Amino acid sequence: MAVVTRDGETGAAAGASRPAAATRQLAPRLLASMAGLDWLAKVWWTCLSISLFAGMWELCWAMGWADEKLLPPPHIFLDNIGEQGKYFNTATRWQVGQSMGEGPSAFESVLITGAATTMRVFVGLVLASVLAIAVGVLVRYYRFFDRLVLPTITLLSPVSPIAWLPVAIFLFGIGNAPAIFMVVVALFFHMVLATINQIDTVNTNLINVARTMGASKPQIYARVIVPAILPGMLQVLRMNLFGAWMVVLVAESTGVGYGMGQVIMLARNTFNPSLVFFTIAVIGVLGFTFDWLLRLAQRRILYWLPDTAERLRVL
Amino acid sequence: MSSENAPHFSSRDAVVCRGVGKTWAAGTKRAHEALRDIDLDIKPGEFVVFLGPSGCGKSTLLYLIAGLEDATAGQIWSFSDKVETPSPERSLIFQETSLFPWLTVWQNVSFGLAIRGASQEERRAVAAEALQRVGLIAAMDKRPDELSGGMRQRVAVARALAMRPKVLLMDEPFAALDVQTRARMQDFLLDVWRDSGASVLFVTHHIDEAVALADRVVVFTSRPGRIKTIYPIDLPRPRNLFSREAETMRIQLTELLRDEVDRAFAEQEAFAVPA
Ligand SMILES: Nc1ncnc2c1ncn2[C@@H]1O[C@H](COP(=O)(O)OP(=O)(O)OP(=O)(O)O)[C@@H](O)[C@H]1O
Ligand SMILES: [Mg+2]
Repeated sequence: MAVVTRDGETGAAAGASRPAAATRQLAPRLLASMAGLDWLAKVWWTCLSISLFAGMWELCWAMGWADEKLLPPPHIFLDNIGEQGKYFNTATRWQVGQSMGEGPSAFESVLITGAATTMRVFVGLVLASVLAIAVGVLVRYYRFFDRLVLPTITLLSPVSPIAWLPVAIFLFGIGNAPAIFMVVVALFFHMVLATINQIDTVNTNLINVARTMGASKPQIYARVIVPAILPGMLQVLRMNLFGAWMVVLVAESTGVGYGMGQVIMLARNTFNPSLVFFTIAVIGVLGFTFDWLLRLAQRRILYWLPDTAERLRVL
Repeated sequence: MSSENAPHFSSRDAVVCRGVGKTWAAGTKRAHEALRDIDLDIKPGEFVVFLGPSGCGKSTLLYLIAGLEDATAGQIWSFSDKVETPSPERSLIFQETSLFPWLTVWQNVSFGLAIRGASQEERRAVAAEALQRVGLIAAMDKRPDELSGGMRQRVAVARALAMRPKVLLMDEPFAALDVQTRARMQDFLLDVWRDSGASVLFVTHHIDEAVALADRVVVFTSRPGRIKTIYPIDLPRPRNLFSREAETMRIQLTELLRDEVDRAFAEQEAFAVPA
C-alpha cells in the first residue's frame, strides 16, 4: 500500500527530473522562473491583443476610412488626458464656491470618478450576492418560504433593470443609493434562481454521506450544501459582474449621480466622441481589473478546484 | 405493515428484512418496482455479498438498509431498532467517490466527529487511527483530487470505519479499480472486517470477488429484484481461490447469474422495441 502512495507522490515530478542529479536541483529554480515567464507572457499577450485592435483602428484612420470627428482613433482620444479629465467628477469640481481652476487635478478627477463607480458596482455586487444566497438557501430550506417567495421572484426576474430606474429615483433621489439599488435589483433575482439551481444540482451522495453520519438539516446546509455551491456561485458572480457594470452606467447616465455613466452622457450631449472613447477605455480597464481581482479571490477561496482551463487548452 | 402485527425476528441480528419492497415514484405514472418481497437475516460479524444483474435493485436495497430511502413494503430492523432514518451505526460506502472535495483527507475521515462537535485534537487522532488501518497515513493532509481512485476508495472506507459502524454497507466500492489493486483492497477489507467485527453487506458484479469475500452470497433475480438463492461459501479463511471447491462455486454462481442476466436483457430489449 505504501508503494501506491510513493508512486502517487513522485509521479508528477518524474517526467521533469529524470536525467541527472545536477539538473534535478536546477529544476525547481527553472520552474520558478518559468512561472515568472508565464506571468510575463500573459501581460505580453494582453498588450498584443489590445495593440492589434488599436492598430487596426489607427489603420482605418490613416487610410481615411474612419472620420476622426466621429471615430477618433486611440492616439487622438488618449492624447490630451488633462483636457478630458476636466469633464470628470463634476460634482466636486463645480461645488458652490469653487471655480473651474480649483479642486482636484484632471488626473485625480478621473480617479475619483472611476473609484466612485467601482465602489457602487462593488457594494451592489456584495449586497446582491449576500441577499440572493440567503434567499436561495431559505427557499430550499423552508417549503413555506419557497411557496411564498419564489413565484414573485420568478415573476420579477425577467424585468429589465431599466424599468426599475424610475423606482430608484423615486425611492432614493440622487447619489450613491439609487445606483447601488439598480445594481442590486439587476442581479438579485437572477442570482436567487441561480442559487436554487446550484443547490438542486449538489451531488446527492455527498448529502447522503452527511446524513448517514448523523448530520442534522442545518449541519447539512452549513457543511455540505454551502461549500458545494460556492464554486458555482462565484462563477455566477463573475458572469454578473459585467451586468453590474452595464447597469451602473445606465443609472449614472440618467442623472442619479456623478460617475462614468454621467461623463458618457455629458459627452453625448456635447457631441464629444473623443470623451466617449476615453471613458470607454477607462471603463474597460476598470472592469478588466475588477474581473482579475475576482478571479484571484476565486482561486484563493476555491483552493480545491483543479485548473480545468489548462487541461482544456492542451487538448 | 403496521407495527402492531410486526413479525417476530431475532433481535440480535445485525440486519433483518421482512417482506421488503421498493417502488420508485409509487403512485405516479412513472412508478417503477425495483424490489419485491425481500426476506433476509444477517448475523453480527457476517460477510454477505449481493450478486445480481445490473438494475435489479442491489443499490436500492443498501439504501433502504442505510435508512436513506423508505421501503414501500415490509420492514427493516437493525439490532432490534426499526430502520427509519440513517444512523452512524450503518455506514454506506457509495458506488461513486463521495469525498468532500473541499476538505483534506483527515477532515473527510473525521467529518462524522466534526458533526458531533469533537475537538480538533480528537478528530485528528481518530482520523490518524482510521487512516493507519487503510495504509494512507502519509496522505493525511492531501486533498481528494490529489489521490488515485483506489486511494480515494480507501479514504471512504476509513471514513466509514471512523464511525465504528456495526454494519458496513458497500456498494461496488472496488468496481473502478484494476485487478491487482482490487485484489489488494479485498485483502485489506478482510483485515479490517476481522478487526472491526462489523457485519459487511457488499455489492459486486464480480463472481471472483464474491467467492473471495463472502460467508454467504445473495443472488438476486432481474427486476423487480427478489432473492433467487442464498449461496453459502463455506471455504476456510484465508482462502485458496485456486482450489477445486472455489472453482466449482464460481461455476455454479455463474450459472445462477446467467439466467437472470439473460432475462434482464430480454426485458430491456422488449422495453426498447415496442411490438
Ligand atoms: N432514485 C431513483 N429514482 C427512480 N428510480 C430509481 C432510482 N434509483 C434506482 N432506480 C431504479 O431502480 C432500479 C434498481 O436500481 P439500482 O440502482 O438499485 O440497481 P443496481 O442493482 O444497483 O444496479 P447496478 O448493478 O447497475 O448498480 C433500476 O431499474 C433503476 O432504474
Ligand atoms: Mg448499483
